[in-house]
Amino acid sequence: MIAHIVGYLYLLAAVLFILSLKWMGEVKTSRHGNWAGSLGMLIAVIATMIAYKTQHLDLVLIAIAVGTLIGIPIALKLPMTAVPQRTAMSHAFGSLAVALVGTAEYYQRLPGIDTFTMVVLAAEMLLGYLTFTGSTIAFLKLQEMISGKPLVYKGRNIVSGLVVAVALGAAIGLVVNPTNPYFLPVLVAAALLFGFLLVMGIGGADMPTVIAILNSYAGLSAAALGFVLDNQLLIVAGTLDGASGFILAILMCKAMNRSFTNVLFGGFGATTSSQGAAVSGEIRPLTVEEAYLILEAASSVVFVPGYGLAVSQAQQAVRELGDLLRKNGAEVLYGIHPVAGRMPGHMNVLLAEANVSYDELMEADAVNPKMPNIDVCVVIGANDVVNPAAREDPSSPLWGMPIIEVDKSRTVIVLKRSMRPGFAGVENPLFFKQNTRMLFGDAKASIQALIAEFSQE
Amino acid sequence: MNALLIMLSVFIVSIIIGYLLISRVPPLLHTPLMSMTNAISAVTILGALLIFAVTTTITDRVLGVLAIALAAFNVVGGFVITERMLKLFKNK
Repeated sequence: MIAHIVGYLYLLAAVLFILSLKWMGEVKTSRHGNWAGSLGMLIAVIATMIAYKTQHLDLVLIAIAVGTLIGIPIALKLPMTAVPQRTAMSHAFGSLAVALVGTAEYYQRLPGIDTFTMVVLAAEMLLGYLTFTGSTIAFLKLQEMISGKPLVYKGRNIVSGLVVAVALGAAIGLVVNPTNPYFLPVLVAAALLFGFLLVMGIGGADMPTVIAILNSYAGLSAAALGFVLDNQLLIVAGTLDGASGFILAILMCKAMNRSFTNVLFGGFGATTSSQGAAVSGEIRPLTVEEAYLILEAASSVVFVPGYGLAVSQAQQAVRELGDLLRKNGAEVLYGIHPVAGRMPGHMNVLLAEANVSYDELMEADAVNPKMPNIDVCVVIGANDVVNPAAREDPSSPLWGMPIIEVDKSRTVIVLKRSMRPGFAGVENPLFFKQNTRMLFGDAKASIQALIAEFSQE
Repeated sequence: MNALLIMLSVFIVSIIIGYLLISRVPPLLHTPLMSMTNAISAVTILGALLIFAVTTTITDRVLGVLAIALAAFNVVGGFVITERMLKLFKNK
């Protein structure tokens, strides 16, 4: 009887999870989505604990309390600029949890483990452990506890390939002979090492794609655990998460005009391959006063933020400047490239936090047709996503990448610390165009100086 | 074999539903989407709870307790931070 009720409660939870994704499709209903997801989870946990008569209830409740008591304060205090590293951390925790459950299941079922279960368990542990170290490295890179530069060395793909071969060998060994005590430790070690090598080889600007891929792996490993436990709710939830990560990863790759394999194994920008045609011309720097005069006369302004916005924490100042420009009679919009920032949608959250109305946040497709009629584009800490070489120079590594076409507007003001090229190491012809002016310095300081000019009126 | 067929059906239907729904989420909401699906996929906490449904060894208990704490962190933290983010999106 109880088993039947649990089945129905799991079904209810699955429906709530699906509704949560449906409602996430629109800002208006998105919070209902989050509540539906939370409710589904609560139902699933309570149903499981009652139906399967959880033993060692004290231990279990303490574990839940510890996770909750650490999780809530972090979630409440976390600055929005740190959401990418928090996401990487949750991928690490989630995949480690899956891997540990898989390991425990292996030992619990050991003597009589059937081949199908062993195949799925091996896949689940591989994905789980490699996602754990991979996400941990992503977290350390995003938190800048280690260098964000890709670790590239000769024969890198051969080393990674060997580690994968060892991991797969151990997995096959386990399937053939589950009771051999050496295969599991080898599998775990090789999977951990592979995750480490994989993400060490990836640079900061590729993080949106990598986070999405790790998201997908974490979800798939959860789904695999569902197969092991014959638990359909786990399959549903894990698959939805895996599909979400996978779709986001594809969108990120499309936004960079690159393939999965290129992101994972390319060592983009760190190789000695073509850097595109040499760019020459004159740089035209301008002062804050001159920038103010241009903006003061503008009747339409588009801000184009990149990771530099997050680094200099300039989102609040940008919104203030936007408000002043609007008061001055200008139309103000924000052009958001999908890979601007360190995770999908990063810039939108930062600007929403600064109180920018979300109907002003425009995607590239929506803002590009307006460009010829825009008086001023202000580029804040973005580089590759506004590089016209993507359109003009077939020899450029960025060739074919969809960009925000700021160069088509009447005047471009680029806020930049120095002339250092962007992550891809590619020269940006935008800086040398007739209609481009460079405002050197920290983005936040420059914008605050512009705000001060407006206030002097 | 029957159980496997059911599980595979659930898996495939979930892929299709996931694909249809997630393709419709606007880029505006991609960060909260990822944060919420992370919380949902921490439903693996059920797997950790099931470890305690049978007689356990010390190893099982250590692995189980760790897994529960990690998953609980993701579940609660994930939903809370998603809620915080979604509250930020305003239309004037």
